[in-house]
Amino acid sequence: MTQTTEAPVADGTGQPGATPTRTAPTTSTFAKALNAALADAMETDPAVLMFGEDVGPLGGVFRITDGLTARFGEERCFDTPLAEAGIMGMAVGMAMNGMRPVVEMQFDAFAYPAFEQVVSHVAKMPNRTKGRVRLPIVIRIPYAGGIGGVEHHCDSSEAYYAHTPGLTVLAPATVRDAYFMLREAIASPDPVVFLEPKKLYWSKEEVDLAELRRTFDDGEAPRRIGRAVVARAGTDATLISYGPSVPTALAAAAAAAEEGRSIEVIDLRSIVPFDDGTVTESVRRTGRAVVVAEAPGFASVASEIVARVQERCFHSLAAPVLRVTGFDIPFPSPKLEHFYLPSVDRILDAVDALQWEA
Amino acid sequence: MSTATNEGHEGVLDGVRTRTADSALLPSAQPVQLVDPEGRHTPDDRYPLPSGEELLGAYGRLVSGRRINDQANALVRQGRMAVYPSSHGQEACQVAAAVVLGEEDWLFPTYRDTVAVVTRGVDPLEVFTLLRGDWHSGYDPYEHRVATQATPLATQLLHAVGVAHAAKLRGESTVVLAMCGDGATSEGDFHEALNFAAVFHVPVVFFIQNNEFAISVPLTSQTVAPSLAHKAIGYGMPGERVDGNDLAALLAVLGSAVSRARDGGGPSLVEAHTYRMQAHTNADDATRYRSADDVERWIPKDPLVRMRTYLKGLDLLTDEAETELAAAADTIASVIRKGLNTDARIDPAELFEYVYAEKTSQLREQAEQLREELARDAAPADPGVTGNTTKENQR
Repeated sequence: MTQTTEAPVADGTGQPGATPTRTAPTTSTFAKALNAALADAMETDPAVLMFGEDVGPLGGVFRITDGLTARFGEERCFDTPLAEAGIMGMAVGMAMNGMRPVVEMQFDAFAYPAFEQVVSHVAKMPNRTKGRVRLPIVIRIPYAGGIGGVEHHCDSSEAYYAHTPGLTVLAPATVRDAYFMLREAIASPDPVVFLEPKKLYWSKEEVDLAELRRTFDDGEAPRRIGRAVVARAGTDATLISYGPSVPTALAAAAAAAEEGRSIEVIDLRSIVPFDDGTVTESVRRTGRAVVVAEAPGFASVASEIVARVQERCFHSLAAPVLRVTGFDIPFPSPKLEHFYLPSVDRILDAVDALQWEA
Repeated sequence: MSTATNEGHEGVLDGVRTRTADSALLPSAQPVQLVDPEGRHTPDDRYPLPSGEELLGAYGRLVSGRRINDQANALVRQGRMAVYPSSHGQEACQVAAAVVLGEEDWLFPTYRDTVAVVTRGVDPLEVFTLLRGDWHSGYDPYEHRVATQATPLATQLLHAVGVAHAAKLRGESTVVLAMCGDGATSEGDFHEALNFAAVFHVPVVFFIQNNEFAISVPLTSQTVAPSLAHKAIGYGMPGERVDGNDLAALLAVLGSAVSRARDGGGPSLVEAHTYRMQAHTNADDATRYRSADDVERWIPKDPLVRMRTYLKGLDLLTDEAETELAAAADTIASVIRKGLNTDARIDPAELFEYVYAEKTSQLREQAEQLREELARDAAPADPGVTGNTTKENQR
């Protein structure tokens, strides 16, 4: 990670509360932005707690919680026994009793032991109690592939959560969104599954984290939950993507531009709630669409998006809506993952297949 | 269990400080009993007998609790309630679990613990919202600090740990009593909850009602542990066994566990030995897996009978008091009967109201779709066209 020296992040060097005005933007990684978002949320609200496996003194296996225990104490950022259902179930009780727990599931596939708690209680308790019990829990999940991880470290598990009413499911793709969306998730009254694309942890942007904090704390950050964004404007076709696939979609759009095609890219950011408006507006305008996602395509979020686009944009479509997704296989081992992951070429092939000859 | 201390867990092996298995964490060889089935006081030097006033008060709750079970069963038979998992025969556990807690404490009940929930003060009609099929839970958990009745097994034990953990972080003196059955002790969440509670040293009393059956499966098929209370030592917390049909012993043992937790002693596990006198629910046929003889063996151990005998023997329970208790139980039964014989207003629009704090655009659309369907169904029928055909034509 690139060390930024000016932002008030939780490395013990920042001055809590002191956010002097800066003029020049600095560079931050996606991981650093998440770390800053956690620190800023914990400083803003004493009810915010962070716990999970190795998130204490180690700072998490991806260092997203780096420095939080040192800064906020072991009552507010702590290691738990190695038991994901335990982590999730305890978070439910803490949220029932006035806390805003943020929990880390160490890897996507290691979150499965917590699934019953997530589906049966995190998602359902507010409905069960007619809103009397709100569960403002954020479930942070380092997510998806592209990092050469071994089995159980690269799953795209969003469909399981997106299929469960009651959960908000987010997947940021940029450093700015990583910061703002995590702050927004922590502030949300609803439980949020926060999917952090592992391969983007080390991506960088020119951002001033102190400025992001000021913007969020002043209520000036536009809402991102339920709001997709046009990441690249275009007129000929729309690529719809989220999380780890957004940079790939943007690269494909750039390559298509060299071939004379103007491709729009939508970054959903929020899988649930789904922003039908932004997607529909774009596809009605371009008349062509490809959904790009890393998860296996069968019964997937990508399938749902295709169905929704077809229902809403049928009379504007010049071609069937296509998908570029992972194959319907278990996530491959490191030397095989590049055959599996959506690639620029595979996206361009799909764009080429959108019946342009007519 | 009141003798266990943290110091007792420390030892030294070859000069290295270790934790030792402290026998003080083990339950007693036999379940604690203070009043035997014949209604005689059986002294136990670890647990003083609760006062006569305390016993009399709790006995009144016992009488009402039995009446609630009987009334609910009747309402299921009459089709006024979808299902009722009865705690008939386990009412001493139900009452004790509720009355040992203070206002600042929390109770985490299961689906079979309706009597405990009502004893804690929740309106019985709100409790029966679940079982009559009107909503998944009908009461405000914060009003009496009673969590929703858990239907999945053992998951609520972790919620109890979380509530206690949050209270501890805020420096509150809240104690959480979390209930489960013998079958639930086989679940992974049971293990994780006890381990988390012990590691974080939070004030939770885990209370197992061992009624010998998980629907049809007997305890012998769940575990070969010496007792369920013996599991506690594996987590470094004390375990205790108690006669689950002895109201006096339950009050003493659970009361001691609650005091210990409130005083910073950490979690403990209490196993009550009792028996599910009726089928799992009205939908179950218990004759397929146990004999009438098995059930009859427990009839003389009935918790009401022995406490009544004990209290009558000491002239603590007068005839007038009995008449009053019976009248109070009648009143509760009557309220339940009247309430359940009146259809509660159910509003389909509510289906979409509580999924998220704010309805998503998709849920707004779906709520509107249902509203239109209902409006169409309510409108005068178009002659010659059935409702279904109309719907199909519109698609």
